[in-house]
Amino acid sequence: MKRIYFLLGFLLLILLLLPVFVSDYILGVFVLIFFYAYLGQCWNVLTGYAGPISLGHSLYVGIGAYISTKLAMDFGLSPWIGMWIGALGATLIGLAVGFLGFRFGLKGIYFVLLTIAFAEIGRLIALHLKPLGHMMGLFIDFKPGWVNFHFKGNLPYYYIGLGYVVFSLIVVRAIEASKWGRYFVALREDEDAAESIGINAFKYKMIAIGISSFLAALGGTFYANYIFYLHPTSVMSMWVSIEIIMRPIIGGLGTPFGPLIGSLLLTPLSEIARSYFTKAGLEGIHVVIYGFLLVAAVLFFPGGIFSYIKKILKPLLGSSKEI
Amino acid sequence: MDLSYVLQLTISGFLMGGVYSLIALGLSLIFGVMKVINFAHGAMLVWGMYFSYTILKVTGLDPFFSFFVSAAGLFVMGYVIQRTVVNRIMPFHEAMQVIAMVGTMMVLENLAQLIWGPDPQSPQTKYSLSTLWLGKVMIDLPRLFAFLIAILIAALVFVFLKYTDLGKSIRASADNRTGALLVGTDVNKVYAVCFGVGAACVGAAGSLLVPLIPISPHTGFPFKLTSFCIVILGGMGSLPGAMIGGLIIGVAESLGTIFIPSSLKQVISFSIMILILLLRPQGLFGGKG
Repeated sequence: MKRIYFLLGFLLLILLLLPVFVSDYILGVFVLIFFYAYLGQCWNVLTGYAGPISLGHSLYVGIGAYISTKLAMDFGLSPWIGMWIGALGATLIGLAVGFLGFRFGLKGIYFVLLTIAFAEIGRLIALHLKPLGHMMGLFIDFKPGWVNFHFKGNLPYYYIGLGYVVFSLIVVRAIEASKWGRYFVALREDEDAAESIGINAFKYKMIAIGISSFLAALGGTFYANYIFYLHPTSVMSMWVSIEIIMRPIIGGLGTPFGPLIGSLLLTPLSEIARSYFTKAGLEGIHVVIYGFLLVAAVLFFPGGIFSYIKKILKPLLGSSKEI
Repeated sequence: MDLSYVLQLTISGFLMGGVYSLIALGLSLIFGVMKVINFAHGAMLVWGMYFSYTILKVTGLDPFFSFFVSAAGLFVMGYVIQRTVVNRIMPFHEAMQVIAMVGTMMVLENLAQLIWGPDPQSPQTKYSLSTLWLGKVMIDLPRLFAFLIAILIAALVFVFLKYTDLGKSIRASADNRTGALLVGTDVNKVYAVCFGVGAACVGAAGSLLVPLIPISPHTGFPFKLTSFCIVILGGMGSLPGAMIGGLIIGVAESLGTIFIPSSLKQVISFSIMILILLLRPQGLFGGKG
């Protein structure tokens, strides 16, 4: 048990010192790695641990991004405060989706379609709201400074992103080790059996979707203040949801490190392929390759990459069962 | 509000609904038999469109005659995809299935973009703008043809499933996989044929859409989402449900444009889907839950 924390501390130290050695471009790739690892982790809380599959997490990201950005633009409220208000807003919507889905007993693919429907309705409505820039999208004025969450270059975002990832890891680890976490896993594995021993399935699934949407919305604020432009199609479309769920699934569903490992593998791959093939004038081919890799990953590593890494690391970690 | 305007929208939505039905029929067939949601459905639609588009450009043959080429091409594509991907992911967790199908969709969609380019194309056919007047109501001829052919193809699929040995095996494997295996059905082959038939439906639907909407590699996405709504409305795996659901959604989206901008029309389908999911998750025509 001690060894795993030692290893993680070492990894964190490397990541903390990394910006000294690499270029701004590489840092930008790492910002994306952290961003998607974080969002994957949020989704992991709901789907990986408690079971219901959501394909509408872009909705919460979008709500978080829009609320904190509008508060900052119209009332001058710092995104550092606004992000929590946005997160509460997203939690309300998440709980509403969860309430309908769980109260009416939607399982598996039916719940997936419910979340898609809500996310798409949210996107279409956002697309037609005047205060959100209508079809043009919302441009965010660049006002550098800590209070405004706006920075020049990738370095501050790198550390904030790393902070997000560490924060999410601690939250997920705490949940996993707590009573809630055990209830979540029990529900995921066999809901009827879990209910028969007295676990309130509805309540704990609501808790899971509440936490998950709350955390995802915090990620939305990061996105808004990193990209400086919000458009419902770029922040709330189904593609965003797909991007969110890819990494934890490839990395390892229901494990604290799955999303991070998935993101470390997939994000640079997609970034490098994108810039390489776009330069070569073959736009689109990187997505073809990416698609092939996704299919291959599901076919050949159905348990996620993490379980293989765990096997490799076993001699290093001893018989630790903590991860 | 002018009554003939409402009638106009109803008819045009109804005709479009016929094509929706054919798309949803393929999706529902695949889901009913394999319990896999085909996220690549929209990309397959696009391939069907481009097949007919290419034939139109090269030989001048009209999409309403070349739809069977698209259907055949998509049948082969579907067969291969089932054998290489879908058959292996069927026992997996649903989230894994989604990712594999989304990967397939990315490959298909962007291959189409590499081959035919990213720009939207609207090929002109001789009757593109011809119309038929019934009193005050105008009927778009291409839409009418598309509707009639779509219904014809759907009828053929029903006949195939009902009266041919292969069709009966497909229905048997959908009902009870183990039972079908026990009586000596080659279930894997049946599944592959079934996926091929589902893909052929959507491929033919793609051809029928060529004279109606601009073609681009990413046209399929909204159609895929709409067909999800239709399949839920009609009942997952219910084929008559897919047909009638398609007509209902077609009319609902069309009539909805009286009240909301047409770019918001999908909100109507999604709202219908949510209501059905909550109140009658087995759909209008689904027997079991």
